[in-house]
Amino acid sequence: MLLDSLFNGVAIGSVLLVAALGLAIVFGLMGVINLAHGELMMLGAYTTYVTQLIFKLPILKAYYNAYVIVSIFFAFIVSGVVGILLEKTVIRKLYGNPLETLLATWGVSLILQQFVRSVPLAYGTGLVISLIIGLFLPTVFSSKLKESINFKYVKFSSWIFAALAGVLSGNLISSSVSKLSRASARNVDVTAPAWMRGQVEILGTAFPKTRLMIIIITLISVIAITLFLNQSAWGMRIRAVTQNREMSDCLGISTEKVDILTFGIGSGLAGVAGVAVSLLGSVGPNVGGNYIVGCFMVVVLGGVGNLLGTIFASFGIGILTDLIGAGRLLSIWPDMPLPLSNTINFFATTSMARVMIFALIVIFLQFKPTGLFPQKGRMVES
Amino acid sequence: MGQLPNLNEFMRISRRILAGLATASLAVTVTSCGGGSDTSGSFDDTVTVGILHSLSGTMAISESTLVDTEKMAIKEINAAGGVTVGGKSYKIDYIVEDGASDWPTFAEKSKKLIDQDGVPVVFGGWTSASRKAMLPVYESKDAFLYYPIQYEAQECSNNIFYTGASPNQQSEPATDFMYKRSPAAGKPFFLVGSDYVFPRTSNTITKEQLKSLGGKVVGEDYLPLGNTEVAPIISKIKKALAPSGGGVIINTLNGDQNVAFFKQIQDAGITPSNGYYVMNYSIAEEEISTIGPEFLEGHYGAWNYMMSIDTPESKKFAADFKALYGSDRVVADPQESAYNMVYLWKQAVEDAGTFENSAVREALVGQTFNAPQGPVEVMPNHHLAQTVRIGLIKPEGGFEILEETDGVVFPQAWNQFEPSSKGYACDWTDPSKGERYKL
Repeated sequence: MLLDSLFNGVAIGSVLLVAALGLAIVFGLMGVINLAHGELMMLGAYTTYVTQLIFKLPILKAYYNAYVIVSIFFAFIVSGVVGILLEKTVIRKLYGNPLETLLATWGVSLILQQFVRSVPLAYGTGLVISLIIGLFLPTVFSSKLKESINFKYVKFSSWIFAALAGVLSGNLISSSVSKLSRASARNVDVTAPAWMRGQVEILGTAFPKTRLMIIIITLISVIAITLFLNQSAWGMRIRAVTQNREMSDCLGISTEKVDILTFGIGSGLAGVAGVAVSLLGSVGPNVGGNYIVGCFMVVVLGGVGNLLGTIFASFGIGILTDLIGAGRLLSIWPDMPLPLSNTINFFATTSMARVMIFALIVIFLQFKPTGLFPQKGRMVES
Repeated sequence: MGQLPNLNEFMRISRRILAGLATASLAVTVTSCGGGSDTSGSFDDTVTVGILHSLSGTMAISESTLVDTEKMAIKEINAAGGVTVGGKSYKIDYIVEDGASDWPTFAEKSKKLIDQDGVPVVFGGWTSASRKAMLPVYESKDAFLYYPIQYEAQECSNNIFYTGASPNQQSEPATDFMYKRSPAAGKPFFLVGSDYVFPRTSNTITKEQLKSLGGKVVGEDYLPLGNTEVAPIISKIKKALAPSGGGVIINTLNGDQNVAFFKQIQDAGITPSNGYYVMNYSIAEEEISTIGPEFLEGHYGAWNYMMSIDTPESKKFAADFKALYGSDRVVADPQESAYNMVYLWKQAVEDAGTFENSAVREALVGQTFNAPQGPVEVMPNHHLAQTVRIGLIKPEGGFEILEETDGVVFPQAWNQFEPSSKGYACDWTDPSKGERYKL
């Protein structure tokens, strides 16, 4: 009983956490209010769908069971690249203007939603492939080539090559997977492979496998990102820029590169969240919008700029949702006084539980406006 | 300057590539929009009707199928000589307006269709919210709306014609079936729905009905629209139904929430093989193929029309639709309703001998039509008498029809289980009775 409740809370919390993790980096570390975060998740979910269909082709059919694992990497790359493009074209010009960033990224979110509605997914995939090649091809050139005066032409021709590759792959996918060749506003469905469906029994309690998978994805993402931020050289640079941008710049850290990297990783994590979310429900243009408010709620509650806070906040909200929404307090303490049990019963529906949790968060933020774990740094100073 | 020739050559190549790309993409656009031509016969005149559904936004997925069906019915009528009124044959033309899944827009576009375009009739709406938004417009302008969706009733307007099922033509027979004759007969019920007017009203009726049958409702929960976190609901269902070894779940969730719900209940072991049976009021053939029959197999649905009805009319309806819109398309109850209402309007207009509203309204009551589901008849309360069917969802999609009523079930605009409307009825043919009178 307690185990079941705890598991449910952790399961709900880990969906929140995996969705909010990317935002915790983009909003928390960089201070960018990215309303297109949900749509980056949506791109990740659509990537899962496309990967699933490609793995149904005869040549890849044998590896079908592994498609979810593969799509995690694809989704990270796709959302990350779109995020990098977003940073380079829109957000870079708006650093320090939160209101303009908010409006611009909201606009981007509408564009992305309409994009998946009105462009066949095969050509969308082609476009993303050409973006990936176009952005990364120049980085593999030797430094000798980079220094030559002809480099801008080389760079330009690499974009042409990328466009060509994109058109070719788009056409290839469109001709081999008929489901992807037409634009459709309909929601699509990701079906987990057989080994991920059903339940496993641990200590006499049955747990759904997809939920376990999401918890594992979340766990790995959190560990990977923590290791990256705390152990790697780039992670250190990111933290340095977060704490003091001017000083880091003076010390020779390329803040521009750090910004791109941070935003790319945050967006990539949104893509991973998209994979997790696609396992639970259907995939559609609006899927991201359902999660965006929850993401901001978790990040703000946890304390902007603090990963640990985000983790605590999402599991806290998850466990509370389960306790209130499923009316578990009643079964834990069956003979509580009648007025109290009536109140709890009143809130024991999903919609009322949401109201209750938001109310609790508002009250909490009255006393601790900076969240669970306030951070000292750039955000605080500016 | 030494680089210039290179650059020129390079630009030439790239231009060629770009030109190639441009032609390729052009070819794609040209092939993707094949224009359709209308059937042209000889008509004396044209009558323009209004079609008002959401073509954008959340509801577009569902509502666009109705536009397709209504266009098909109009095309068929035109091909058969159009509408004959007062000895003159009229070709039906239509204006399609987009309600954009936004309820005030539905009211606005209705005004536009009535005032600006002067259409004699509007076929439109899906959600109850859109109908409630349009109702005052049609009543104040004394215009006529034909509404094709199964709904919660408790409404009876002189200016709306409802061709979908009222609760006693869908949820009541379904509840009766689940409680008396399903594999979970006699077991307790759990009610799940999206948090808006239809599920709440429908569930109130179900609770009252179960009370009179002697059944038990052990829980009820509503998911806010747009929320797909169903984990708390699943643990409540398990807690409530597990002690009796399973039971019946009545599902009135909307759209995508169904996908999340069915994926997750299956993972949680709430399946027919474990004794849990879900009866659905919003899942038709279209939804089965989107959600995936592997998640729905063994659960139930209740409708007036099911694609698997084995009659020539039903088969022709499905085949015509596929021929027009593609072999992967399916037809379902809401589409059949939409199809019927166009034909019923045509018959009423021809009988009235005019497009004028009050005469058409009078001629409408009593019209019969040999619909794809079987014969239907328009009742004095502006609802349709129609057959009710209970179906089991098959592993390959679609329904296996388990039960169907002997003949038609008469519609009740005011529900007889719900205490606030018990003992009331609606009759627009008798001026002394009208919208709501005591039986």
